[in-house]
Amino acid sequence: MTPLKQATVLAADNQLTRMLNQQMSAAPGAQPAAPSGDDAMNTPTKPASPQTYTGADAVVACLKHQGVEVIFGMTGGSIMPVYDALFRDGEIKHIIVGHEQGAAHMAEGYARATGKVGVVMTTSGPGATNLVTGLADAFMDSTPMVAITGQVTSNLLGNDAFQEADMRGITMPITKHNYQVSSVEELPTVFAEAFFVALSGRPGPVLIDVPKDVMTQPCGQLLAAPSAPTGYKPPYRGHPQQIIRALKVLREAKQPVILAGGGIITAGAEAELKELAEAAGVPVTTSLMGLGAFPADHELCLGMPGMHGTGYANLALNRADLILCVGSRLDDRITGKLDQFAPGASFIHVDVDASEIGKNLPCLVPIVGDAKPVLREMAKGAAEWDAKPDYSAWRQQIDQWKERYAMCFATKSEAIAPQAVVQTLGQMLPEDAVIVTGVGQHQMYTAQFYPFKKPRTLITSGGLGTMGYGLPAAMGAKVGRPEAEVILIDGDGSFLMNIQELATAVRYRVGVVAIILNNNFLGMVRQWQELFLDKRQAETELKPPPYADVATAFGGLGRAVTSAEELAPAIEWARKEAAEKKLPVVLDVAVEREALVLPMVPGGAANVDFIPCPGQTKED
Amino acid sequence: MQNLSPISVLVRNEPGVLSRVSGLFARRGFNIHSLAVGETDDPKVSRISVVVAGEAPIIEQVVKQLRRLVSVVKISDLTERPRVERGLALIKVKADPEERAELLQLVNVFRARVDHVDNDSLIVEVTGNREKLEAFINIMRPHGIVEMARTGQIAMARSQGPMADAWATMGQDMDQPEGTYNISRAASRLAEELPTE
Repeated sequence: MTPLKQATVLAADNQLTRMLNQQMSAAPGAQPAAPSGDDAMNTPTKPASPQTYTGADAVVACLKHQGVEVIFGMTGGSIMPVYDALFRDGEIKHIIVGHEQGAAHMAEGYARATGKVGVVMTTSGPGATNLVTGLADAFMDSTPMVAITGQVTSNLLGNDAFQEADMRGITMPITKHNYQVSSVEELPTVFAEAFFVALSGRPGPVLIDVPKDVMTQPCGQLLAAPSAPTGYKPPYRGHPQQIIRALKVLREAKQPVILAGGGIITAGAEAELKELAEAAGVPVTTSLMGLGAFPADHELCLGMPGMHGTGYANLALNRADLILCVGSRLDDRITGKLDQFAPGASFIHVDVDASEIGKNLPCLVPIVGDAKPVLREMAKGAAEWDAKPDYSAWRQQIDQWKERYAMCFATKSEAIAPQAVVQTLGQMLPEDAVIVTGVGQHQMYTAQFYPFKKPRTLITSGGLGTMGYGLPAAMGAKVGRPEAEVILIDGDGSFLMNIQELATAVRYRVGVVAIILNNNFLGMVRQWQELFLDKRQAETELKPPPYADVATAFGGLGRAVTSAEELAPAIEWARKEAAEKKLPVVLDVAVEREALVLPMVPGGAANVDFIPCPGQTKED
Repeated sequence: MQNLSPISVLVRNEPGVLSRVSGLFARRGFNIHSLAVGETDDPKVSRISVVVAGEAPIIEQVVKQLRRLVSVVKISDLTERPRVERGLALIKVKADPEERAELLQLVNVFRARVDHVDNDSLIVEVTGNREKLEAFINIMRPHGIVEMARTGQIAMARSQGPMADAWATMGQDMDQPEGTYNISRAASRLAEELPTE
């Protein structure tokens, strides 16, 4: 949400809040007769008897006020009053999960697919601690999320009570902010603030820990005007002078590259990015989180850089004299050995979070701001250049690299090549299909070989690298965008980690297609063992259950695929069944067991020292 | 001599806020030299005065990372700023009757105070900036320090207030052709100060 929009929403909300609170104070208890029809309609919660609102009613009212449509969660002792209020209210959809970690990833998938805040709710203690991985994941990938956790009653806090865990302490390093509500009067303000913080600036997870007695106390005011915390002012526009400087630097560059990250997608700046790239004629490489921000089939597209990036993206960054980095953290998976990353390049770094600028690499022109307005201004500036800069020699060089190091793969055996599965999907699926992955080799094959053309079509765990992310995230995405086709590409190791959510998908009729690239290995670790540890396969061989049968037993559908000819018909079948029956469909695809993700930059090496695709040799 | 930067952090006065700030230092490997927390004139806001050891790029990251915390209202890096800086030390030093006179003289020179006297020791209270405290402690050491307690250093910029120089130096930083860290420091200040729409 832009600050402008926020301001408008704030103004409208203020009015609404006043109205609602007036009705609140008028409605309960005071009037012996039932409230008149109109009042009852506009009252956000239907109070239980006796006619007093409690903190739990306030929680529900706040959630509805924030436009929350669905909550992923699991009830328990310390959150029961809120679930009771939700039940009485009956308007917000709730999805009970198999395990709270699943709920957290569903909320993430929902948020990443829709751009809205994902909401997750659990009880105290284990329910809350099970959210930790999901919160850390959302924090690393800047995913807007609000987690509501129950807490033991205030008088037991700090007493090692049953199911007590210090969630504020535990989640401090992995949330954008967190709260422990100490009185019922605070509730409305805390909720208003939490949603604002989660979504604005650089989005992230926010946790609200609510002691049970706060939920049951009578509550006079259900809603508060949305407010930003004191001193919290996310930047929006970049400084105009800096943008002018950036344009000047870009105009003078001979070999520029744009490195676009997930910030483009968060900001909804894909059109501005394309405009700038085309106006200036600068090639674009997109990080894993940025895939989809720039169309893969565009002549200026270089694909993904870094450890498993394309050879040409890595070479282009290495030889560049200017890198315009937008909404990317320049993390170690992109840069490789830091002091040999882009040795000749100056940086223009655009980020809404000032702490990312200059964190890993010195920066010539820092621009603190939202990618959308900054790129809009830059594109406008570039379009006004008298003469376009002549990058023809640079583009020619890149085209040569593109030819020499074109993405390809080899098959060692009769088995299906995992990359071929991804390519087939790329040919069969519509542009707006949402692809979700777990973490491992299959994730990198997807990033390398699936032609992402639109933002929010790839949902993957980038920063934290959470195995088990895929299935719940895919379900969250499907819940958020029921009209879109959601396809999970997963690994046999990753899929098992949150397989219990198949039960949830069956129960709530979430029609996702899960395609498991099954090699009976923890493939990425096995790859490192093969390349760097003399092929000693310590604890990487798996004996996964027959996933197609497991899916059927859960009440979904499943099919094992063992030959290349079966693949396309099986995918067609799965898509059709998922759409018609609204059930999860699992395709267990037996793939080449010892395939390697290439290109690859060995850990700690410089990006130019990548191992190229099979059959390619490095030039000196 | 290591580089020490006094940083003044205004935070929302709420439970757990010190743990947020100190946790950030621990997690990111920043080195706290001293730390002091206290109220301000506004009961809703507390001031954390922290002295950080590190080179300029580290200090820049410290400031930026602190700024990410939602509980942080305002940050001033006082490193290159004229400032008043004070800390306090209580030192219990061995003082046989024949040594007392000399010690009392030293106490006077440093404008310190004697808070307690008994047969074999004194408790001396000394306030001042870091250099003065270090100097006094070094003078006391040969006499035999029995125990010592020190507060964190607190600091305040001279002139109009903690943000005065952000405005004053903003333009200068922008004009420097290189000097990455200064530029981005100014940029982050700008980000905080610019109206968003």
